[in-house]
Amino acid sequence: MRRDPSSIAIGILLPVMLVLLFGYGLSLDVKNVPVAIVLEAPSPEATELAAGFELSPYFRPRTMTAMPEALNLMTSRQVDAIVRIRPDFARQLALGNAEVEIVLHGSDANYARLVQAYAEGAIGQWTQQRQAEGHSGITGPVRIESRLWFNEANNSRYFLVPGLIVLVMTLIGAFLTALVMAREWERGTLESLFVTPVRVSEIMIGKTVPYFALGLTGLVLCLLSAKFLFDVPFRGSVIVLALVSMLYLLVSLGLGLLISSVVKNQFVASQIAVLTTFLPALMLSGFLFDIRSMPVFLRWLTQLMPARYYVELLQTLFLAGNVWTLIVPDTAVLAAMAALFLWRAGSITRKRLE
Amino acid sequence: MMQVILRILALTRKELLAVLKDPRSRLSLLMPPLMQCLIYGYAATYDLNNVPYAVLDRDHSISSYALLAKFDGSGVFKRVADLVRQEDVARLINDHSALLVIEIEREFERKLVSGQPAVVQVIADGRNSNTAATATGYVNTLVESFNTDWRAAHGADPVPLRIVSRAWYNPNFETRWHMIPGMIATLTMLQTMMLTALSVAREREQGTFDQLLVTPYSSSEIMAGKALPSMLIGLAQATLVLLVAQLWFHIPFAGSYVTLYLGLGTFLIAAVGIGLLLSAVSATMQQAMLYTFVVLMPFMLLSGLTTPISNMPESLQYLTLVNPLRHAITLVQRVYLEGAPLAVVMPYIIPLLLIGAVTLSAATVLFRYRLN
Repeated sequence: MRRDPSSIAIGILLPVMLVLLFGYGLSLDVKNVPVAIVLEAPSPEATELAAGFELSPYFRPRTMTAMPEALNLMTSRQVDAIVRIRPDFARQLALGNAEVEIVLHGSDANYARLVQAYAEGAIGQWTQQRQAEGHSGITGPVRIESRLWFNEANNSRYFLVPGLIVLVMTLIGAFLTALVMAREWERGTLESLFVTPVRVSEIMIGKTVPYFALGLTGLVLCLLSAKFLFDVPFRGSVIVLALVSMLYLLVSLGLGLLISSVVKNQFVASQIAVLTTFLPALMLSGFLFDIRSMPVFLRWLTQLMPARYYVELLQTLFLAGNVWTLIVPDTAVLAAMAALFLWRAGSITRKRLE
Repeated sequence: MMQVILRILALTRKELLAVLKDPRSRLSLLMPPLMQCLIYGYAATYDLNNVPYAVLDRDHSISSYALLAKFDGSGVFKRVADLVRQEDVARLINDHSALLVIEIEREFERKLVSGQPAVVQVIADGRNSNTAATATGYVNTLVESFNTDWRAAHGADPVPLRIVSRAWYNPNFETRWHMIPGMIATLTMLQTMMLTALSVAREREQGTFDQLLVTPYSSSEIMAGKALPSMLIGLAQATLVLLVAQLWFHIPFAGSYVTLYLGLGTFLIAAVGIGLLLSAVSATMQQAMLYTFVVLMPFMLLSGLTTPISNMPESLQYLTLVNPLRHAITLVQRVYLEGAPLAVVMPYIIPLLLIGAVTLSAATVLFRYRLN
């Protein structure tokens, strides 16, 4: 490992890069959305409504008086939404029949949906305020009070940063190990080691210990930055986190060894490692996308993904605390997977040598 | 000139043969994009269609049942439990059994009838705050619809202010419409870059690169011969994903194929250029692969596919300008969903061409430098 700086690069550089990207770069929160406010004829009411958008931290409004200008901005994607207040707004409002039109750029649906909710919220706030001032402005009768548990500030960093740990551990454990071991198979250096009187299991342990250590370094790095750089709360037990992380690292190492011992080719091994470990950790683990909304077949498939259990453990330990009803079964599954993969990797390697 | 073209074509043929003759690597070029496109087409969605929720109904009145019927009839919300005690709320949310708990206050119906605002409390599992926000948004819509019904039934004035929302290019807010066109570029880049980066590194590791150098080919011809086959494979993969998007997921294609392929072509020049540059700086296949990965990760994460670029800090937003994938994804989405003509997507094609020109010439210079 020491002779090839590239694997150190991926072991240290990549986690650091990922931490910074995830912490600072990625965010699913809505703020400073460029939006065009079309005030077709100014009236006190319309101006007041528009001012609500000015004050909101979620929007960066640009006020204009005609729709075509707003449409142009939207087509060139300089704004993500148009809020149109029609010329007879004040009169219609007095008659109880006013309408505000929101046009959204739907190409990023998730974002558009959030922007819509915030825009409706800004308008709703204005109506409530008017109601408080004694204007007729019936909202309700049912009002919603919503509370977001575990993430009161509604900060997407709270789940992106813990999720990042899964990616780092998967990369180091599975991808890097598969790649390095496949290279040894390809060059025949493993076979030459195996003719020495050292036992197969001892060689395999010796080969994987550096990557285990590298993975733990990545974990410590992520934890420190989550706590001190990004202020993500940690509500569970650090010991449990350390234990399940080591377990997940073993699962990843086992997968990496298994892949390399089966295909013995760097290109194919790295492709398989990316396809079966890294991408599922990103897409099928529940880290970004809710598993419950996937089709049944995929929900089944996610059961086979070790990352799914680890993501659940991380999100719970970070944000919810020690929920034993989740920790115990998830840990058991990970332990079983670690045992299975390591055992299979060992037996295949032994067979390949005979 | 003719001879140059013939030589490049001969090299291209040799490269394609080298990649395609092995059935395993042939399979590894077609199956992954196909499988990923299908799986992630279903998995990579922020839309919710199965929200498990629990109810803590303290009122048990006709009105509270009517409100809950809205949830049960929505097709999205699945009731997993009827709670009687406050203490159970934490348990259900904690162990992931319910994403939401809807709590209806004791005097719900009485307040409604007497014209006071009645409160419905929604508790959401914020471990994934994005999912929680989406689900809460659905609750808002349902409660709004309950309010409208109630007012109509009880002769109350309709709300003086209505909000009418509509979304361009994606009327039903489907994440899939955003993701799959984005994948046309992402999945293609993943393999083209790796393939290019490896092709030179492999020859170098096996010593055949020196043989190639003693042939009468100029170094730019060798580069072209390395670049062209990867681009062809990339185009084939992009076509595959495009077919899945249209025939399997039925996402309507609004643009022109000429514009799309022109854009994809320039994108692939940039991707291949980066691949060749990486292979020029790496000595072994392993290094080439690791460097490719280190470069690909930020490209993918900062492409705007999973999180919007406008949410990134300003400095990072400038950095994304050198990310070919960012331009390609925007280009494909705009052509695919909005039907943007060539003139509109030129601002994406020009940076791609620049990236391609810079990386390809840098790679050629580096190769020439290494030879001398």
